[in-house]
Amino acid sequence: MKKAKMNAGQNGSKQKDDTLKSEDVNTPLNVLAEPPRTQMLNRLWEFQMAKGYISESDISTLAREYDLSVIEVEGVVSFYHFFHRTPAGKFTIYLNNSMTSELKGFRRMLEAFERETGASVGSVDPTGTFGLFLTPCIGLCDQEPAALINFYPFTNLNTLKIRSVITKLKKGVPVSQICDQPDSHIRYTTKKNEGIFFREFKPGDALNKLSRMGPDGIIDVMRDSKLAGRGGAFYPTWMKWQAAAEEENKPRFVLCNADEGEPGTFKDRVLMSEVPETMIEGMIACGYTIGAEFGLIYLRGEYRWLKEKIDKTLDLYREKGFLGRHCGGISDFHFDIRVQMGAGSYVCGEETAMIESLEGNRGEPRTKWFFPVQKGYLQKPTVVNNVETFCAAARIIQIGVKEYNKYGLPKSPGTKLISVSGDCNLPGLYEIEWGMTLKELCDLCEADDPWYIQESGPSGTVLGLEDMNRPIAMFGDMFTQHIRCGGAITIFNKRRDIIQILMNYANFYKSESCGICTPCRAGNFIIQRKLEHLQNGLADADDLEDLKKWSFLIRTTSRCGLGKTANNSLVIALDKFADYFKDHIAPSDKGLNRKFNLEAATHEYESYKD
Amino acid sequence: MAKHVNITIDGRSFLVDEGKNLVDVARENGIFIPSLCYFDHIEPPLGTCRTCTCKINGKFGPACTEKVSEGLTVEVNTEELKDSRKALVEMMFAEGNHICPSCEKSGNCDLQHMGYELGISHSRFPHLFKDRVIDYNSQRMVMEHNRCIKCLRCVVEVFTDDGKRVFNYQSRGHETYVGLDYEQEARLTHEQAVNAMNICPTGAIIVRGESISKPFGDRKFDLTSRREDFDEKPKSTKKPGKKTPKVIGTVSLAGCFGCHMSLLDIDTELLDIVKLVSFNKSPLTDFKEFTTRCDIGIIEGGCCNDENVETLRKFRENCDVLVSVGECAIWGGLPSMRNMIPLGECLEEAFLNCVTNETGSNVVPYDVDLPKLLDRVYACSEIVKIDYNIPGCPPDAQHIWKAVKNILWGEEFSVLYSEFKYD
Repeated sequence: MKKAKMNAGQNGSKQKDDTLKSEDVNTPLNVLAEPPRTQMLNRLWEFQMAKGYISESDISTLAREYDLSVIEVEGVVSFYHFFHRTPAGKFTIYLNNSMTSELKGFRRMLEAFERETGASVGSVDPTGTFGLFLTPCIGLCDQEPAALINFYPFTNLNTLKIRSVITKLKKGVPVSQICDQPDSHIRYTTKKNEGIFFREFKPGDALNKLSRMGPDGIIDVMRDSKLAGRGGAFYPTWMKWQAAAEEENKPRFVLCNADEGEPGTFKDRVLMSEVPETMIEGMIACGYTIGAEFGLIYLRGEYRWLKEKIDKTLDLYREKGFLGRHCGGISDFHFDIRVQMGAGSYVCGEETAMIESLEGNRGEPRTKWFFPVQKGYLQKPTVVNNVETFCAAARIIQIGVKEYNKYGLPKSPGTKLISVSGDCNLPGLYEIEWGMTLKELCDLCEADDPWYIQESGPSGTVLGLEDMNRPIAMFGDMFTQHIRCGGAITIFNKRRDIIQILMNYANFYKSESCGICTPCRAGNFIIQRKLEHLQNGLADADDLEDLKKWSFLIRTTSRCGLGKTANNSLVIALDKFADYFKDHIAPSDKGLNRKFNLEAATHEYESYKD
Repeated sequence: MAKHVNITIDGRSFLVDEGKNLVDVARENGIFIPSLCYFDHIEPPLGTCRTCTCKINGKFGPACTEKVSEGLTVEVNTEELKDSRKALVEMMFAEGNHICPSCEKSGNCDLQHMGYELGISHSRFPHLFKDRVIDYNSQRMVMEHNRCIKCLRCVVEVFTDDGKRVFNYQSRGHETYVGLDYEQEARLTHEQAVNAMNICPTGAIIVRGESISKPFGDRKFDLTSRREDFDEKPKSTKKPGKKTPKVIGTVSLAGCFGCHMSLLDIDTELLDIVKLVSFNKSPLTDFKEFTTRCDIGIIEGGCCNDENVETLRKFRENCDVLVSVGECAIWGGLPSMRNMIPLGECLEEAFLNCVTNETGSNVVPYDVDLPKLLDRVYACSEIVKIDYNIPGCPPDAQHIWKAVKNILWGEEFSVLYSEFKYD
């Protein structure tokens, strides 16, 4: 009980459940079913936020508390890049270095931050006030350049804005007062102007229908709606829910994957800031269907500023009796939800890595020995779905499957949220009906001379002008080659350098790989080196072949989705933009011209010339 | 009793117990699936090294995380799979800094053995030369991070008596390494510590004062080999046709001349060579400059200074075919041990801070007549195009001669296991 007390207060739901426990022996198995180690990330966040870093003594405290060796706690800390082992400044600045940010002036922003704060990138200024760090995509691609300062968002930066922000911070104005409220930028909600995701929704709209439908009814509805995993894998939702419902083990868990890490994607951010209610009710519906008693929302560290809003909504739900014991007035259904903050790791968006992270471990994906619906969180049956999937599920229950199926194509009913960013006049969120062509979408967002289009982020595919008439859909028919978009379209125009784009992605994967399997850890590093070679104009046609062969190797031998998809864009780009690459390789003349820079190589030795 | 199921491996059918691990099943039936991380007593399996990748029901997947079930069809030894397995092990060699001649575990090392078994002569990947620091902090153990392949074995296997981890992964991505908990390590018994050293598939965990070196012949992999061609005689080559005389150039760059010495070990065949080839620019003839174009240029050693670079470029200009002979030419070899240390530190250690320095002679030599040192040792292929690599440290004389003959006159030959397993 001592540990529970120590944690109480940081999390509203926790306190509540403690009191529940003392009242009733038949209390649902929720927070109390989670062993203390699941609080590891929260405890680390407390230390990080209180002091700006995690000290040796904090680590030994945790090691003692959880009865672990120090090295194990250190392993967890060093896995997440928002945790620091040395002071990270009173104000910790994370500037986004994703590709969209590079387009919008990342270099200048970095210089401006360095100039204004006196801290060079990756370090803290001499007075210890500002720490300046880089971080991959923070989910604000529609308002780049953007940065997080003490995890509050600052969007649409320019050098003047940076100067005024830093000056205010130096004067002691609290960050929360000067930060931006990121705009949702919902640009389009289907032709009928009333899409599915952003209709009016009152708490209880979906929940009140659950008991009438019954678990089997809900599964039927999900099957009829053909709802499939909106994180990008498109695994039929009803199959997942049914599989979990059929498991014998108890308790069961519902996990909401709000670790939207794929660069260029920000649809979940908009959903959570506009309609968090639908996400929560989707989770409740899932919990009711599979007989779960507890749900967790794994919110990425970059979205820390959204946590308060979600927590408030959860509290509102508890007040209304929509969460907790006899949830929504259903007599034998007890369900509660808590939000778990991630701490900066792309791979934690992989469902088994996320489960590891929730359990207080390093976010290393598991092998596919068991599926999460068999042995997931705490080795119990677990359904993991994306935010958009839960929101869609709640909407289907709210408006009925008939109304939902009016949208989209017969094989891919419904609508899809797409985050559009890059070279276009109207970056933002587009709710399209399945079946819209890429060209229509590009016209809607007023794309400026699209040339190279990145679909579903770096792990997705690359599209060019020849793909403009392909429809965006879950399932195509025999005649069209559909684009299965996971939720992001990043547009680049002809002035952009493809090698720079690929290099940005390669750097991203090199440091975001969890490091557990050889092909992904070493392979992505090797690919990045090779691209560096290409960028420096040293590669020849054989090197391009090597890139393709090695990418194939990494794809076929990696342990999880990260390694399997990391070099998708590279391989497709090499094929699709073959002419472009031809212009960027060294001419072949027996290898004599291989550019080796003797001057650079002897530069260091020259310093001994007196 | 377990249910029996029918599975097919490489076209052969087997009746096996359901739910057993594919690696074990294959092994029991005489099919070897290579693996570096697999431990049959750990469940779920680690699945980190990925060298056991097979085609399972037509899809790529690791054998170690596969439970056999009815109708399972597995491809193990197709050319494609053998090559991807080889590539993965090569990747480990490119990622770490594996310098076998100076490693205690040589001959007892799973990784080295796997390299030989898979017939790896050199890595297709560029060496990454990542700076890794050796951890001497523990009283008893040394963590040689240069050699670690992150197989996870020590992490899941070595615990103190009260169940605390001694090793754990640290950091992530390309920075991942295995950290050692000094406090917990001190609490291990001597046997447990030695066990940690022994389960390591490479020489990354070393217990001080506890030798793993054994006399040649007694080492773990000295006499075991799954290679069928181990004792095979060379295949009869095509009857050599009339040989036209050829010109050869040789040079030793940042090497030890060992490969040249090895070349002289051709013994009586030297007499044939003299008839067939003439040497132009070479330490053997002491020609300083090329006087004629050469058919083949044999390069020993990598490039550590600007003079090496210049010589190598001259060879590329004057030779039709360039061959790298020995590890140093192929990827830097022993001289490249300095690549993990900045040049400044190397020079200061050698010329300024060295205890055997003569008093007063504390300058780093620099003169217009001295070759300028490069920031690191480069492989020859990083500077000019290299057509062939003959690996070894040094390669066997017969091996060099056979390869050269093959290149010059297009004769067929195959490299035997016994010819490239030097250790």
